[in-house]
Amino acid sequence: MKRFLPVIVFAVLVGFLAIGLKLDPREVPSPLVNKAAPAFKLPLLAQPEATLTPADLRGKVWLLNVWASWCVSCRVEHPLLVELAKTGTVPIYGLNYKDKRPEAMQWLRERGDPYLQSLSDTDGRVGIDYGVYGVPETFVIDREGVIRYKQIGPLTPESLRDTILPLVRKLGA
Amino acid sequence: MRRRVRFFSPGWVLVPLLLLGSAMATAKEAADAAANPALEARVMAVSEELRCLVCQNQTIADSHADLAVDLRNQIRSKLQAGESERQIKDFMVERYGDFVLYRPPLKATTVLLWVGPFALLALAAFTLWRTIRQRAQRLASAPPSDADLARARRLLKPDLAGPSDR
Repeated sequence: MKRFLPVIVFAVLVGFLAIGLKLDPREVPSPLVNKAAPAFKLPLLAQPEATLTPADLRGKVWLLNVWASWCVSCRVEHPLLVELAKTGTVPIYGLNYKDKRPEAMQWLRERGDPYLQSLSDTDGRVGIDYGVYGVPETFVIDREGVIRYKQIGPLTPESLRDTILPLVRKLGA
Repeated sequence: MRRRVRFFSPGWVLVPLLLLGSAMATAKEAADAAANPALEARVMAVSEELRCLVCQNQTIADSHADLAVDLRNQIRSKLQAGESERQIKDFMVERYGDFVLYRPPLKATTVLLWVGPFALLALAAFTLWRTIRQRAQRLASAPPSDADLARARRLLKPDLAGPSDR
């Protein structure tokens, strides 16, 4: 037993380090999960004179995708959102974070617009209320207006297939 | 043929413009500080307690990330509105979790963080104490024989004790 002690200590250490390697320090668990989605009233990107608030979407399960035309990773996930929008599984709303309207509109024209509506968060205040710190981020919001999941960073086919879509189905989109 | 240096090429016109631009960029922050140094000191004091989530090993006070600038502005307007530092920290924790605090609170999920190092130190001290005591006991219960002592002497002074016994 005694002879194997260093081996055991080493194995435990390797175990911890292996777990540590897999963890992403940039992914900070959001305290907003399972809390009501913060209220806001923002102008629509397409029609700045009209506004939308999360209360308008009560009774629906929906995705809130935070994006910006200056955001490089958003380009990576965008085709996935366009695909998802085509299937009509779940309504996707965009939060256009700290962006300029003409550039945002241009970006959507070039890459396709998967959003039912995009909301202009020009000064980033709503982003702060949602704890946004790394665009893109995606929130799953349930019928009661409660945030059920937050994805930090770009969506991947795996995260959609294994996490987001099963959750949306469970919540009964 | 010598080429004359043209001093008024378009490139030279850019230089003062660039200098002016950078002066204006820093002047924007400096103006805030100059307007109300006491307020700015409080903004900095609160910001130094908060972690920037974009560049995680910097405080909001140190970071030049866009988000940090926005959060400093938010802290400033909240202080102006008369909110306490406690309220502002709660505001940040509600949105970003305890992770934003450079001094995390002591609670069930952070006990290991606070107590862990001391527990490890205590464990190490206990192990050391037990090892030393066991060794002392072993020596006391089985003192070395004369043959052992003679061999030890030979090993310690090999040049005086003739050929080694190995």
